[in-house]
Amino acid sequence: MSTATVTHTAGASAHGEAPILSLVEITKKFPGVIALNKVSLDVRAGEVHALLGENGAGKSTLMKVLAGKHIPNGGQILLEGEEKVFENPKQAKQSGIVLIHQEQSLVPEMSVAENIYLGSLPKKWGNRVDWKTLHRDSTAILDRLKCSFSSKDLVSDLSIAKKQMVEIARALVFTPKIVVFDEPTASLTDHEKPVLYEIINTLRDQGVGIVYISHRMDEIFHLSQRISVLRDGEYNGTVNTADTNEDEVTKLMIGRSLELDHASKPKDFGENMLELRGLTVDGVFEDVSFSVRKGEIVGMYGLVGAGRSEVAETIFGLRKISSGEMLLDGKAEHIHSTHDAVAEGIALVPEDRKDQGLILGMNCRDNMTLAGLETVSSNGFMKPAAEKLVYDKYQQAMKIKTPSWRQKVGNLSGGNQQKIVIGKWLHTHPKLLILDEPTRGIDVGSKAEIHALIKDLAKTGYAVLVISSEMPEVLGVSNRIVAMYDGKVTAEFDGDEVSEDALVQAITGQYVTSGDASADRPVT
Amino acid sequence: MASAEQTKQGFMLSKKHKAGLLNFLSAQGILVFFLICMFAFSLFSEQFLSQSNIMTVVRQASIIGIIAVGVTVVIIGGNLDLSVGSMLSFSTVLVVDLHDKIGPTGAILLMFALTLMLGAVNGFLVGFMRLNSLIVTLAMLSAIQGLVLIYSGGQNVDIANQSDTWFSVFGRGYLMGIAVPVIIFALLAIIVQVVMSFTGYGRRIFAIGGNPVAAVYSGIRKNWCVFSTYLISAFCVACAALVLGSRVMGSQNNVGQGYELLVLAGIILGGTSLLGGAGSIWKTVIGVLILGFIQNGLLLMGYPYYTQWLVTWVIIIIAVWLDLANKRKRLLTSHS
Amino acid sequence: MIDMKRFMSGGMGIQPIWIFVIVITIFFSVMSDYFLSVGNLTNILVQTSTIGLIALGMTYVMINGNIDLSVGATLGLAASLSVGLQDYGLTVAVLVAIATGVALGALNGLLVWKTGVNAFIVTLGAMIGVRGLIFVYTEEQSFYASNFAFSDFGASSIGPIPVLAIIFLLCTLAMHLVLRRTGHGRNTFAVGGNPEAALDAGIRIGRNMMINFMIVGFFAALAGVLLATQMGAATPNLGRDYELWTITAVVLGGTKLTGGYGSITGTLGGVLAIGVLRNGMNMMQVPAFYVLVILGVILVTVLIIDQQISVKSSKGVQV
Repeated sequence: MSTATVTHTAGASAHGEAPILSLVEITKKFPGVIALNKVSLDVRAGEVHALLGENGAGKSTLMKVLAGKHIPNGGQILLEGEEKVFENPKQAKQSGIVLIHQEQSLVPEMSVAENIYLGSLPKKWGNRVDWKTLHRDSTAILDRLKCSFSSKDLVSDLSIAKKQMVEIARALVFTPKIVVFDEPTASLTDHEKPVLYEIINTLRDQGVGIVYISHRMDEIFHLSQRISVLRDGEYNGTVNTADTNEDEVTKLMIGRSLELDHASKPKDFGENMLELRGLTVDGVFEDVSFSVRKGEIVGMYGLVGAGRSEVAETIFGLRKISSGEMLLDGKAEHIHSTHDAVAEGIALVPEDRKDQGLILGMNCRDNMTLAGLETVSSNGFMKPAAEKLVYDKYQQAMKIKTPSWRQKVGNLSGGNQQKIVIGKWLHTHPKLLILDEPTRGIDVGSKAEIHALIKDLAKTGYAVLVISSEMPEVLGVSNRIVAMYDGKVTAEFDGDEVSEDALVQAITGQYVTSGDASADRPVT
Repeated sequence: MASAEQTKQGFMLSKKHKAGLLNFLSAQGILVFFLICMFAFSLFSEQFLSQSNIMTVVRQASIIGIIAVGVTVVIIGGNLDLSVGSMLSFSTVLVVDLHDKIGPTGAILLMFALTLMLGAVNGFLVGFMRLNSLIVTLAMLSAIQGLVLIYSGGQNVDIANQSDTWFSVFGRGYLMGIAVPVIIFALLAIIVQVVMSFTGYGRRIFAIGGNPVAAVYSGIRKNWCVFSTYLISAFCVACAALVLGSRVMGSQNNVGQGYELLVLAGIILGGTSLLGGAGSIWKTVIGVLILGFIQNGLLLMGYPYYTQWLVTWVIIIIAVWLDLANKRKRLLTSHS
Repeated sequence: MIDMKRFMSGGMGIQPIWIFVIVITIFFSVMSDYFLSVGNLTNILVQTSTIGLIALGMTYVMINGNIDLSVGATLGLAASLSVGLQDYGLTVAVLVAIATGVALGALNGLLVWKTGVNAFIVTLGAMIGVRGLIFVYTEEQSFYASNFAFSDFGASSIGPIPVLAIIFLLCTLAMHLVLRRTGHGRNTFAVGGNPEAALDAGIRIGRNMMINFMIVGFFAALAGVLLATQMGAATPNLGRDYELWTITAVVLGGTKLTGGYGSITGTLGGVLAIGVLRNGMNMMQVPAFYVLVILGVILVTVLIIDQQISVKSSKGVQV
């Protein structure tokens, strides 16, 4: 693969055009991690500049620095050649930099129009809101976006996709110079995506510099003129989209080719440890059937919102089953609570480490033993020595880096936090281990360690279910892959036979080709 | 760029410096403040530090202290209990009224049973129905006060033959020279502290208060645990009612009014966060004693009793600022 | 479920608390002939005006996601000042009383803003401390108004309608309009509904909160002064438990403790529900303490209904 087109100095542009925005050697540190290490990037007026990188590579952090949400520890931001220091998002916005958030940043109980003009509502004398102007202007913006809802609708009544549109509408209030889209299509349906592409192209043609963050290669190659890649918090080069292909970009992104990483061939596994038969939770997912055998790693792949985490939550006793059966070790089980689930030997490493996995204010040891308190206590009283033994065992086994067991887990890096959560569950000696996005927001080193750990666990006989939206991860660890789309299982593949093409089709519900071929160009 | 960097570093440095100065104060602030007050009071009044005065203060503080022990458990679990004041009225009226009707043993047993039932209602609504504890216990505060008034018909109650009953031991008795209320307070504080620090149950309560979602995701039965904290709280109220009823040998039907706030003030002064997941019974004991000694000290210095309210306000404001300093320090030291 | 949610939130025109108000009004008017008379209805308005005025301000504070426990004490202090300072002239006394309320609100707001500490703690401290201030100022004495113009004002009426009821209704209208139509009112929702988004949008969160604490301080003080005119006197214990009644009324009216949601029309319904219940039961010779129990039960019921609806309309896991 040629790397001739990769320019490693962001400032030097191949066409000699002056960039509208330059980020120079931006550094941002968080407790325990360097999120960004001297990252540079430039964006020209009238281009769509894709920013690529794995989860945790620092894309979102970089954009938050740009939008004034994080104050960098070093480096400078040049907008039209002028140095800018943003202390808060409003300053960035007033300078013409708008970030369209991944997270919803709307006020639910207010109207669409009020959200679009939040903080800058048009006023009449006496601080009164000028509703007429507000709704007229909002409607004009919504019309540009071809939105089907009214500016008077309450945001809390809108679907996620429509909320996303409100976020975009908000960016158009000021005449922006730079618009950052952070995974804008994650929650959009295929029908809505072309509208978004059109908006982006229109903005580009008006001379706006666009930064487009996405995981989806098809979108990036469809939209962008240049692609920059971040890896592990560092700048890893910029390429012209026209001069490159997906393989090259992928290599830049993860430092290796995908093919090398397929999991070992399926071999003879043990009995079914978990079997789902037509499992349905009304309004969430339906007729989900698959099984996980002893010693097997099953990957569950799908987009956000496809119902993967919800299936895991249901197995773990957090949701009420509407119909269907769940067999554990050959027996039908009725699990009504997480307590039941743990007692039956099910473990869930949840998607949201900080909100669901850990008590951030508690120390490492106490978090580690939390799910198996019975084993380290007698007659209800804790046995500190036994607890310490458990902690030491997993701390050493997983090489958890912490100054002491007394350290609050909130102070650890993402990778070490995740290992604590995994350790918590290994301590309960589960029969079935479910990991939901186990490496989200974790640095590359820890990621590889966690992948290796998962494979080791399977070898020792654990039945493992790994939920992920990262294709390399799913391909890398799974013996079998279950694909989900829109609350249904759409396909099941053996780990060594699956093609990326087929996987992408399975998780986007495109067995039948969709009408807009350009928007959903198949991955080659 | 260099200048921006420098100013930023300067900013960080000055903050660090400040945090260093506040370091000691913020960690031990309330205790330091307490000792300064004690010292000041002892300068003004020789009596203040005498053994008998100290014992008096502790005895007077024991009723609030006993309730505060239970409420601290609820707060560590991430909830609030505002109904303890009304519940104290309820239990005191009940035990005093029943004393003459069915005898002390029956009265005490029935009082404990009914108080625990009120706690169970709180616990059911907050633990199992997952309702907001502030509003639920606020509603219970009002409802229980109504129940007391309905029960007593608005009349105050008392025990007819006060010199002739062993019931008086809880409020007026002494054991080896120590007042029985103090013994009850100390015993409850020690037992609950041990439970919270050294048992799996305590660990679960801390986990729930720290992050209820993660606690459930760890297989902890949150609903039962939260339910139980309200039983502990109600049990402590019943003990306090025993002491109060026995000491006064009678009861007004609003005797507990406002206790929930004094209890909370003591807990906040001790430094237990209302957010849950942190705190200890020792801190609460210290907070309650601070309230008691300040009241006593101000009285000995000749100030009217209500000046202690002003002082409590000032201390809470100081505690709030110290808490803030503490938070800043944690933010800065978390860089490693 | 959307419809149910809209119904509960008043999006379909009428809030559930108003249905309750209408039902009990019909009930009491059947039970007692006198209940629906103009005299009694205006009487209810006067009786509820004290809690009602405070509840107007409390609604703002609670939509902000805060709470103010010190309103009862502020009311007491303002009442005592307005009577005790009458030697300096009626206007001075009333102005000082109200300014004190605003200042106390500003202090609460400043502490919440600058320290980020839970408003519950800050205002709990103020609740205890301000009561202390009253006792220090009054030395535990009740004050009686020497100026008859003062106590006459509390009993005066314009046509058949008492002045106090008019003041309450005008304030309600004004606060409703401010909340619905002005920048400050809309920002109040934004701050409570999504503080981070509000901050990003450049809304000055701290300033918004502080103004709302000053508003509730103002209304607590105003309620105190008006209560003193009604009684022609002020006692040091005046206003005890009013914070509980006020919060009850606001929560009954559908305002959420978590912030970002609520309305003045709902609060008015909550205030009237309490007022009608008290007045009607009094008329039926039911002892006042039954009202306490009934209110507690209603409060919990409202909470349960509200929660069941939010559980059904959300797809997330409930823990």
